[in-house]
Amino acid sequence: MSRLPVKKTYKLYIGGAFPRSESGRTYEAEGQNVARASRKDARDAVRAARAAQPGWAAATAYNRGQVLYRLAEMVEARVPEFAELCSGHGEVEQAIDRIVWYAGWADKLPQVLGGANPVAGPYFNFTIPEPTGVVAVLAPDEPPLLGLVTRLLPPLVGGNAVVAVASESRPLAAVELAEAVATSDLPGGVVNLLTGFRKELAPILASHMDVNALDVCGADGDTPELERLAAENVKRVVHGRADVQSPWEIASFLELKTVWHPIGQ
Amino acid sequence: MSELDRPPGATPAAPRDWTYAPAPESRDVVRIAERYGHFVGGQWLEAAETYETISPSSEEPLALVGQGTEQDVDAAVGAARSAFANGWSALPGSERAKYLFRIARILQERSRELAVLESLNGGKPIKESRDVDLPLAAAHFFYYAGWADKLEYAFANRRPRPVGVAGQIIPWNFPLLMLAWKIAPALAAGNTVVLKPSHTTPLTALLFCDVLRQAELPPGVVNIVTGYGSTGAALVKHKDVDKIAFTGSTEVGKWIQSEVAGSGKRLTLELGGKAANIVFDDCALDQAVEGIVNGIYFNQGEVCCAGSRLFVQESIYEPLIAKLKRRLATLRVGDPLDKNTDVGAINSREQLEKIASLVQSGVDEGAEIYQPPCRLPEKGFWFAPTVFTNVAQSYRIAQEEIFGPVLSVLTFRTPEEAVEKANNTPYGLSAGVWTEKGSRILWMAQRLRAGVVWANTFNRFDPTSPFGGYKESGFGREGGRHGLEGYLRFDE
Repeated sequence: MSRLPVKKTYKLYIGGAFPRSESGRTYEAEGQNVARASRKDARDAVRAARAAQPGWAAATAYNRGQVLYRLAEMVEARVPEFAELCSGHGEVEQAIDRIVWYAGWADKLPQVLGGANPVAGPYFNFTIPEPTGVVAVLAPDEPPLLGLVTRLLPPLVGGNAVVAVASESRPLAAVELAEAVATSDLPGGVVNLLTGFRKELAPILASHMDVNALDVCGADGDTPELERLAAENVKRVVHGRADVQSPWEIASFLELKTVWHPIGQ
Repeated sequence: MSELDRPPGATPAAPRDWTYAPAPESRDVVRIAERYGHFVGGQWLEAAETYETISPSSEEPLALVGQGTEQDVDAAVGAARSAFANGWSALPGSERAKYLFRIARILQERSRELAVLESLNGGKPIKESRDVDLPLAAAHFFYYAGWADKLEYAFANRRPRPVGVAGQIIPWNFPLLMLAWKIAPALAAGNTVVLKPSHTTPLTALLFCDVLRQAELPPGVVNIVTGYGSTGAALVKHKDVDKIAFTGSTEVGKWIQSEVAGSGKRLTLELGGKAANIVFDDCALDQAVEGIVNGIYFNQGEVCCAGSRLFVQESIYEPLIAKLKRRLATLRVGDPLDKNTDVGAINSREQLEKIASLVQSGVDEGAEIYQPPCRLPEKGFWFAPTVFTNVAQSYRIAQEEIFGPVLSVLTFRTPEEAVEKANNTPYGLSAGVWTEKGSRILWMAQRLRAGVVWANTFNRFDPTSPFGGYKESGFGREGGRHGLEGYLRFDE
């Protein structure tokens, strides 16, 4: 007699926990009932991100790099499961390699992006990159795993906390990734993943006054309206691409701080 | 009796009755035309409409200046586009560099003339326009000149190209310096520009056109259209502008950001601020007092990064305030062209009214006001250096950017509390820290959410040093290698 498998409930990932949508809503995608996040879920996610961000930013760069490398390990451990949920092994391997590549950037950014400035006076002056804060990411629909990883890692490496809206048509890879994140030593709240209708969630995040930056990668034709909403608190708007790998992607979620001090006896 | 022995509450010693002989800088060095048009394609374009620009220290009319219309802006953008397409962007970087070096040199040669005009039209003390604005403006051109033929070394593994036509809108507080901050990196990167100066301070930008003539800059590379906000709005909305760079208020910055939404235009914003200047009890007190004064009374406090919120550790509150008040009494307020003047005229009647109304709100909300005895001239726009004590964080004077010589004093006990209070604002442009303890400086610098942190100094600027804000103080940096980024696009 064959055994009946135990099926998974596809839920949100907010503040390190896996809640259903508080609205009780789901929608069907890839043959599964997936949580359809509400306005309140999005706001809860921003709150969780805000609370977690300072701790993540204060971790040493070495530590952030190791934690993100650990995330790659956790994805590697689930390659077959991920392969089922995206275009296949190739995409999963690319995603893992991209996580490792970005993990290695954590402790190199200030040297590449900042530096000492030779001002014309008796001052020591240097510029260092710092995280922007809470970043909202609209992941592209395709590729479902690599697209999300491509948009998620740059803000994370720099010390931001992220609220990401998963691929709407293919959200299962994102839920699977949330489970990898939950076992990766990333503090709860640093990554928050919402599934649901992008048209509904994007304007909420774009107009949220406690979101500092918005990646409109997956926004399709709604970009102008989202950009307009983002202006209300001078959000940094990033037009991310679904498949790109560069330290300049990280830089678009960083602020530059310049510090002056006199030199004297 | 040393400062610290003075009993708390003792009134500061009255300033001795020194009188200063007037030491006016001569106006002879500068010649102002009766009427100016717009500078478009290397020519003066007759302005259909004009308005009068005045000296804010005397209300004396200085010249008639063009009120740029949509057609004027269109002509300027057209000239910039054609200059971009027909040579400037294709010019070798080393040749562009030489034009910028020429401009830097001519600014140095004509610095007194420009400084006098700056003080005349804007109201800032000649001491500042002569020793700060002009040297820094020239230095900016000199710095970015050197980048023009080295752009491929600026951003690792990226191939830079110019963006195209940049529309640049600048404020009235550092007219020529802001012009330099905008034009120098734009040109170095191979762009052409249309610049709109503030309506109250157009004259140095218009005189700068003569600098360009002497430098033999190709026509259309720099175009200047003067006018009120509507001129700037036309520039922001113009379809053929590739990039907008704006320095000014957060309110207007937000409007611009929403206006360019979806247009694909690049945008950098340098907006308002409400900087915390944080003084610990182990600071070098006299230096800190000088830093506080420089922080808020430099350029009449009309500085986006002004240290307008003073946070004093409770244990040194009394002696610090006593010293500060006494120092205030020695500030000389008056004729901007007098070489002894510390605090000049407020830039416009409109700005004066805004300052006065915010100061009134401070009094109404219950703060204690102090203004040193000083005689303000009868004509022109003047405001005495002002200190508010007994200020709560919720007061408007502790929340809103005043953009005038008005300091709000608040207190704190622990470093954590100082950070908490300092960051409790939508702005994040600059901050100051005063302490002799090195580890504390770095601890504070790490936690203050601001683009520039001055430790044991304040209001220092340099072309090599990136400047710009966090949060609602804007995005993008001006100065340094980072200042090039807003004017480049990259082939990936």
